Amino acid sequence: MNARIDNAVLETAHHLSNAHLDALEEETIFILREVAAAFERPALLFSGGKDSLVMLRCAEKAFGVGRIPYPLLMIDTGHNFPEVTAFRDLRAGELQAELIVRNVEDSMKRGTVRLSHPEESRNVHQSVTLLEAIEEFRFDALIGGARRDEEKARAKERIFSHRDSFGQWQPKAQRPELWTLFNTRLAPGEHFRVFPISNWTELDVWQYIEREQIALPSLYYSHKRDVIDRRGLLVPVTELTPAKDGETVQTRDVRFRTLGDITCTCPVESTAATPEQIVLETLTAEVSERGSTRMDDKTSDASMEKRKKDGYF
Amino acid sequence: MNTVVSPAVGADTRPALKFITCGSVDDGKSTLIGRLLVDSKAVLQDHLAGVQRQGETDLALLTDGLSAEREQGITIDVAYRYFNTETRKFIIGDAPGHEQYTRNMVTAASSADAAVVLVDATKLDWRNAALKLLAQTRRHSLLLKLLRVPSIVFAVNKLDAVEDPTQAFTHIRNALTEFAATAGLTVTATVPVSALKGWNVVDAAVDAHWCGYSGPTLLDILEHLPVTPADVSLPVSFPVQWVEKFSSSSDTSQGRRVFWGRVATGEATVGQAVKVMPSGLTAKVAQVLDHARNPKPVAAGHSAGIVLDRELDVSRGDWLLAADDENDTLTATSSLSATVAWLDDEPLIAGRVYWALHGHRWVKAKVQRIVHRLDIHTLAEESANQLEANAIGHIELALQEPLATRPFAESRALGAMVLVDTASHKTSGALLVN
Repeated sequence: MNARIDNAVLETAHHLSNAHLDALEEETIFILREVAAAFERPALLFSGGKDSLVMLRCAEKAFGVGRIPYPLLMIDTGHNFPEVTAFRDLRAGELQAELIVRNVEDSMKRGTVRLSHPEESRNVHQSVTLLEAIEEFRFDALIGGARRDEEKARAKERIFSHRDSFGQWQPKAQRPELWTLFNTRLAPGEHFRVFPISNWTELDVWQYIEREQIALPSLYYSHKRDVIDRRGLLVPVTELTPAKDGETVQTRDVRFRTLGDITCTCPVESTAATPEQIVLETLTAEVSERGSTRMDDKTSDASMEKRKKDGYF
Repeated sequence: MNTVVSPAVGADTRPALKFITCGSVDDGKSTLIGRLLVDSKAVLQDHLAGVQRQGETDLALLTDGLSAEREQGITIDVAYRYFNTETRKFIIGDAPGHEQYTRNMVTAASSADAAVVLVDATKLDWRNAALKLLAQTRRHSLLLKLLRVPSIVFAVNKLDAVEDPTQAFTHIRNALTEFAATAGLTVTATVPVSALKGWNVVDAAVDAHWCGYSGPTLLDILEHLPVTPADVSLPVSFPVQWVEKFSSSSDTSQGRRVFWGRVATGEATVGQAVKVMPSGLTAKVAQVLDHARNPKPVAAGHSAGIVLDRELDVSRGDWLLAADDENDTLTATSSLSATVAWLDDEPLIAGRVYWALHGHRWVKAKVQRIVHRLDIHTLAEESANQLEANAIGHIELALQEPLATRPFAESRALGAMVLVDTASHKTSGALLVN
């Protein structure tokens, strides 16, 4: 990350942020309420990550504590950072929200997920477990914390995004989305993915976390960690991602910009230990969130699009 | 960060400007956005590296993110991009130019504060003082007018690629001005640009009087455009989005339910007399909460929670309308005359029944007749038995239940509807009440 801070840039950011954050918060709350009103069996995908925690704060404002009218759903690959899973459970408890966890490992036991080799990332296989959960609970709308600034296929996603009976996204046949007149009509077996924080950027998320003093898993802030520098990506040394022969393990000051499956999430070098310091870093970042942290997006330009077509979030 | 303009007074209270780029295929929309992002330093290194092809930067690839788009080299759906300068945040909707995907352009335009219509100088007979504009330039401009996008900017692009850019710009600008006058469009500005070279996009052209133009750059113009004004001067109207029912004893002691929704027109204030539509029951507003549950008056465009002073049967889809001025109270009607932009491959057929969504209310709507279809080229009104995809027409509808509407020209929220196909569930038409 780049530590160069221009005072003018800083002042502008604070100047612009409050009215902008109010507008984003209001849009998100409007969408969260629309889901509560328009669908019979919605659920909110909740990973314990920063985006879903921002959504939860908006849900708290929309409905009040203890009143979020849909369950929280987590698809667990079994390869999540324990700090994040613990934080997820804690937060769900504080909000008195119903938490449903479904495991990729159960899909593996059922035989619906088969890995091509034991070390394969389970991230892509979440789609299968997710679609199984949708069928099990007959969910008709799944709220997700994806943002359009994350990735180019995401930039094209509607706020209310239709999925066919195979859970597939059809980018060429997206429904027009006019004003805030959301067409929520479904045929049996179909569902919607709904993205209330579509218009937020990584910077907005951090400014909101700072303003609202939202607690996050500690991994988002600077800590010392054993990593391997693999072509610019700092791969964390864990049981699941051990050092290969000939690689040098270093202890570096790092933080995670995004938290997902351990096998495909990398931290960035940083000493930022507070939301305010992260806002500063994000303002001057020269590499995107995914570019600096995700091993699985690099395989091809269209990897996210392909996964979304397969039912991925 | 761009440093062209000093911070405007009141910049801190302005929300982001949502603008779209539109126009015909290959007019350079994606390149223009790429240029805006790169020159205002809003592109991150890994994204920039991703659009290098044999050492050349292809700016269009910054926004064309779907594999099908890369295969065909066209934009299929809107890509939303975010950037800010020192004075303002922006949300860009990069709309497709291809006629087949007009529905996606309409999607982007419906929520836009401004539109940049790109015009490709190389595709026009620019030596001719009476040149003809492309059909898609006209179609998109008409749709922007219909949808009441407040600011329209014409950007005449690829002027670096014509022999006599000054003559080309003069002739094209005159043709645009004439078309705008005929179509009743208000145009904020017409700017000559080269998205490829970066002239007049973020930075001024190398020659200050390039094309005989010495006005602001496109970004300067965008930094000063207003966001869409809310319809605050009309009497209050409020579509009920969601009814919050309290079940615990402490809450029921208040004896109230909260009706949540976005104020469509006017301002929701305590003491206001309201009429519930369609039931016609009346009450007074006992409490108004803002989106985050703080008690305060809420103006058009913002979410509010309204508590009434008595128990009435109010549900999602109902409207609360100002009831104190008898002359100005909206009355519901079961027949409507409207302009429609048809977006579905299945044509609109007279006699067919569709779903209509108005606020949060779904009603069945039957097309009684197609009054006429608009000829994009001549702006003439011609008779029609059906409206094909991308057509703009005028229809009459019969509604299953009466609705309280206002002309779209007065109120975006009360005058806008979508038509949904009852069989395919596709969003088939954008409907603007006349």
